[in-house]
Amino acid sequence: MTTPSTATVRTGIRPISVGRRVKDRVVQVLICLAFVLALIPLASVLWMVVKNGMQRFDLEFLTHSMRNIGARDVGGGAYHAIIGTLQQVLLASLIAVPIGLLTAIYLVEYGNGGRLARTIGFFVDVMTGVPSVVSGLFVLAFWILVLGMPFSGFAGALALSILMMPVVVRSAEEMLRLVPRELREASYALGVPKWRTVVKVVLPTAFTGIATGVMLAVARVAGETAPLLLTVFFTDSINNDPFNGPQMGLPLYVFDQAGRPTDAAIDRAWSGALTLILIVMLLNLVARLIGWWRSPARKGS
Amino acid sequence: MVAVAREEGVLGTMAKQIEVSDLDAYYGSHKAIEGITMTIEPRSVTAFIGPSGCGKSTFLRTLNRMHEVIPGARVEGKVRLEDQDLYGPDVDPVSVRRTIGMVFQRPNPFPTMSIFDNVAAGLRLNGRVSRSELDGVVETSLKGANLWNEVKDRLNKPGAGLSGGQQQRLCIARAIAVRPEVLLMDEPCSALDPISTLAIEDLIAQLKKDYTIVIVTHNMQQAARVSDRTAFFNLAAQGRPGKLIEMDDTSKIFTNPAEKATEDYITGRFG
Repeated sequence: MTTPSTATVRTGIRPISVGRRVKDRVVQVLICLAFVLALIPLASVLWMVVKNGMQRFDLEFLTHSMRNIGARDVGGGAYHAIIGTLQQVLLASLIAVPIGLLTAIYLVEYGNGGRLARTIGFFVDVMTGVPSVVSGLFVLAFWILVLGMPFSGFAGALALSILMMPVVVRSAEEMLRLVPRELREASYALGVPKWRTVVKVVLPTAFTGIATGVMLAVARVAGETAPLLLTVFFTDSINNDPFNGPQMGLPLYVFDQAGRPTDAAIDRAWSGALTLILIVMLLNLVARLIGWWRSPARKGS
Repeated sequence: MVAVAREEGVLGTMAKQIEVSDLDAYYGSHKAIEGITMTIEPRSVTAFIGPSGCGKSTFLRTLNRMHEVIPGARVEGKVRLEDQDLYGPDVDPVSVRRTIGMVFQRPNPFPTMSIFDNVAAGLRLNGRVSRSELDGVVETSLKGANLWNEVKDRLNKPGAGLSGGQQQRLCIARAIAVRPEVLLMDEPCSALDPISTLAIEDLIAQLKKDYTIVIVTHNMQQAARVSDRTAFFNLAAQGRPGKLIEMDDTSKIFTNPAEKATEDYITGRFG
């Protein structure tokens, strides 16, 4: 403790003690250190992927498939995998986002914490914990083996949508709960029915947050390998029809190429990883742009 | 019936009388107000005063069936708007709220909407209206809420960018844009500074020519300034239901109340 001056004795207001200053410094340094530590893996992964991925990240890579590329050949590309990933993720989103969003709306607006709402909430939590390979196995066992459907991009999308759904539900639920009660009441007080209030007031207010949540879900499933391995199978050719026949996906492509023994294949694997990261980043950017474009701040001030 | 009443409203005789008889309101098993019977006169301002927690806001919300939007909340008793029971078995609460508008304690403009869209929200969300008709209604409503001159050049700017007092007048404009017959105000000035408060009070004085207005206020000077009739609510003890102690002309309540409790409250001896 510092020796109190006569003034501080009178008022009881003291300067910050040395002990507290030191503690403050130490904790600040610790926090910064933890932040830097957390950044190291992220930065190094990005660095590795960009450095190695740039080797083959060219027009040929983006526009050609692996068809007729021999085991030792250089060249070839990931066009078939890019198409596959985009189609599978899009289909998975088309399935998972509406169901997830409607579930979240039910939980927040209509469930009132009743038994059904609590049960759904519980199963959503369970679904969050389902390992990705299990969802792939489920689609393989049910869709492909029992119903006799072919391996296809759509089967992969089904597996991905199972993984996406709980993420969409949870994030949308959080966002809907953030919409203040007063806004709903303001709408009711104008004689607007509940469903219209949800559609016209609650959803637009929560839109940016929901879009971000959906993008996070997309990012999560875009990199999944295991479920695709079991459902879309594998191909080196371009297949533009996600409902018929084996497709490729970028994670699968990386997995496949990285397992081959030539330098050319390893380079392709890195470029595939880079492409995947770029696609996810691009989607995130689009979500941000939509959010910004719709925000009241853009229209005002 | 409500549809008919609404037609008349559009034709000009907008103000309607409200008769409440023996009304109880609950939150779950907790009885918040008990046995309220009163008549609210058309084309006048009725003020509800009383200590915090005495149920005046709850009672106000039972008048347009906003009470029941809170999970577990329910109402027993009758509220009649010109002979129609608002709690009748086949009354649509949505149409009740369309007929009896409400302004809340905290200004709550829709954050995603512009000033124009906020005022137009009630009409737009309720069905199809032509753009020219909307333009007219928005202008009339904003003029009615004394806000037109301040915002006419920036109708496309977000409503949330206005000052607190302007936002509250925007909410009033939004409420009167659907042409209700009754306007309920739940402490509309409690979040505002004195100048904005004055603007709202002036507005209330103008609006009462066309509407039946009910206002909850903690500010007794405000009740004395704006209202024609005043109702005093009180509760026997914390946790007990609130009751209507007395209701009379504002001048009488503030000078010569019949009940001792009213006099104590008004003179500041408690509450």
